[in-house]
Amino acid sequence: MIHRECGVLKTSYAADMALYPVPLARWTVGAIAAAAFGVFPLLAGDYLLSIANLAAIAVVGAIGLNILTGYTGQISLGHGAFMSVGAYTAAILATRAGLPVWVCLPAGGAMAALVGMIVGSPSLRIKGLYLAIATLAGQFVIEWTINHVTWISGGVQASIYVPRPALGGLLIQSQREMYYFIMTVAALGVVAALNLFRTRAGRAFIAIRDHDVAAEIIGIHIFRYKLLAFAISSFYAGVTGVLYTYYLGIANYEQFTIVTSIDFLAMIIIGGLGSILGSIFGAVFLTLLPIVLRYVVEGIGGLFFTIPDVLNLITNVQLILFGALIVFFLVVEPEGLNKLWRNIKDYFRVWPFAY
Amino acid sequence: MTRSLALTLAAVLALAAAASPVWAGHEIAVGLQCDRVGPTNTIGPFLCPGAHDYVKLVNKKGGVDGHRVRVIEIDIKYQVPLAVESYEKMKQEGIVSLMLYGTPQTYALTPKLTEDRIPGTAPGFGRADATDGTKYPYVFPVAASYWSQATAAVKFLLDESKKQGKKVGKVAFLFYDNPAGREPLPILETLARREGFELRTFAVPPPGIEMSAQVLDIGGRFRPDWVITHLFGRSPSVSIKELKRVGYPLDRVVSFVWGAAESDVEAAGWATAEGYLGLQYAGVGQDFPVIQEIVKMYRDEGQAPPKEMAHSVYYNRGVLWAAVHVEAIRNAIKKFGPQIKGEHVKQGFEMIKGVTLGGLVPPLEITPNDHEGGGWVQVWQVKGGKWTRVTDWFKAYPDILQEALKKS
Repeated sequence: MIHRECGVLKTSYAADMALYPVPLARWTVGAIAAAAFGVFPLLAGDYLLSIANLAAIAVVGAIGLNILTGYTGQISLGHGAFMSVGAYTAAILATRAGLPVWVCLPAGGAMAALVGMIVGSPSLRIKGLYLAIATLAGQFVIEWTINHVTWISGGVQASIYVPRPALGGLLIQSQREMYYFIMTVAALGVVAALNLFRTRAGRAFIAIRDHDVAAEIIGIHIFRYKLLAFAISSFYAGVTGVLYTYYLGIANYEQFTIVTSIDFLAMIIIGGLGSILGSIFGAVFLTLLPIVLRYVVEGIGGLFFTIPDVLNLITNVQLILFGALIVFFLVVEPEGLNKLWRNIKDYFRVWPFAY
Repeated sequence: MTRSLALTLAAVLALAAAASPVWAGHEIAVGLQCDRVGPTNTIGPFLCPGAHDYVKLVNKKGGVDGHRVRVIEIDIKYQVPLAVESYEKMKQEGIVSLMLYGTPQTYALTPKLTEDRIPGTAPGFGRADATDGTKYPYVFPVAASYWSQATAAVKFLLDESKKQGKKVGKVAFLFYDNPAGREPLPILETLARREGFELRTFAVPPPGIEMSAQVLDIGGRFRPDWVITHLFGRSPSVSIKELKRVGYPLDRVVSFVWGAAESDVEAAGWATAEGYLGLQYAGVGQDFPVIQEIVKMYRDEGQAPPKEMAHSVYYNRGVLWAAVHVEAIRNAIKKFGPQIKGEHVKQGFEMIKGVTLGGLVPPLEITPNDHEGGGWVQVWQVKGGKWTRVTDWFKAYPDILQEALKKS
């Protein structure tokens, strides 16, 4: 059977260490990649592509936060601010130094990683809720700094317009071009994160999450790896900020507030802590939910109410449903959408037998 | 199966087509981004019905030269991603102009609007330097920007003091500490130098509901001759209560446009707020022919006029907002014929002149250079449980504004 491990015999170390040992998984990933890069952008219009772009940007941020919170067990409420650090770094480099996107993108990530390491340094001494408050302080300090230091924010309006990115003479402007750009970065982010947890550093992160004292005893330098986790995670956040900046054509810290930080935490909690696939599920779910709800409530509401009432009703019902659905999914499966997906897979793994 | 489905769909479509009235012209779509449940939910539920009702009135009277105007409202909850997504949705529906909402959202959509050649209006928010139409060709503030509000507020308080035979020595500026709140700062500093008064600024950090220290500083230590406030959301009502508590006379307090609505005063108490002054970029109250026409339209349909009308500050701003769009479309159709696109409506905006709706709209004159239309405001005051008008439409210090525009 193509969907089971049984019968998949490994004859080399390479085969044993493959990301996807089961053939079906390999084919599925290949098919999804082909659909995402080949079929979808050709068939979809600007509107669908714009939703896909927003979702793909959110995926990068969610993976970043999951590396820190889901895999290393360090909570952060400052990821919104790290995104704004990346956004403004890229905007400043792009406008004042005229640097191209392939420099600004990693530079924004690197700057965010640096700031993330500073904000994350208390993690050596404090954990859990205490660390949450420490990173929350980071969020507010960064917001305040950008708002008040005009050298960074480029004036009291605190926003910097960024020219459209160009790669080797090709201007990335339309939704479709943006889609290829953002999806490439997102795919790189996914692949890098998947492989991260097969390296020494990734294993160390998981050991720290599971029991930090035990991890220290077996020889893991806790402080170094915690900071490394903060750096990698903030790098992803910074890249998310840069992607937003290039996508919207403007860096503005007001879209990276504490609410954004909490949104991303919600994404990984709903998607599933400690799972890359979960981060993708969570990011896509939270991006699509308000949009889908709008269509549903508009469609149904139009049958029963007059238009002015619908307009007032839709928005409020949306909020109620939004909350209710999140609670519903978490009650059905506290470990998130990823566990839900695994349950489905496990069922078919032994199908048609129950056990 | 597919065939029967297609047949059903066709039947439904035919029914829908038969049910809707027959229009000589085609339909013109306008996008409206609204926030009814987000952080500014004291505004959206009153602002947006005003816009809808005006368009409904226009359609009732035969549309714009026989063309129906359709408003596509999408609630964006004051979030940038939803603003971007809904804009793409509206673009797909073929909107010719867009009503933007919120400063960060306006910032985020400005580059897209310019690329797609769809004009967007941002009355009373967005960036002040969008007044310069040569720099931001597809963004129209259409109402007084924060810069114009700053000059107008200072002109008003200087004039008032002169009338009372006093000199203005000290002015306090109490503002919400975000980019929108900080925007008028450079203008106020220039004015302080020019007019020779001492300006001290008091920042209220978000979410802006705790300002007792700042207000105590104003009332107890700084003791200014005037206070200019520039606050959003729930904070204006807090500022009224706090200033009253420290005994500062409210008739020396001038609020910018987002702190001067019925709901702000209601939350603080009408009696408490007696004397409080506020800038308005649209007329307040229901004594306007257009408002009466809307009331009549509802009565003719056998319905009560919408209760949102009672919040006339925001409702009337919604009417103004829609009226400017309708006028721009009318101008565009007159010049380019019925098949108009965004770029035509942009030029339609730039021909707007003399649309006053009986005093609800200021004497706007939008030109290719001036997308603000002059930057007119009125000052209104809380008196005996309602807002009453103090001044007529005025604007001030055009030279300072010009210079600031050139520098930005």
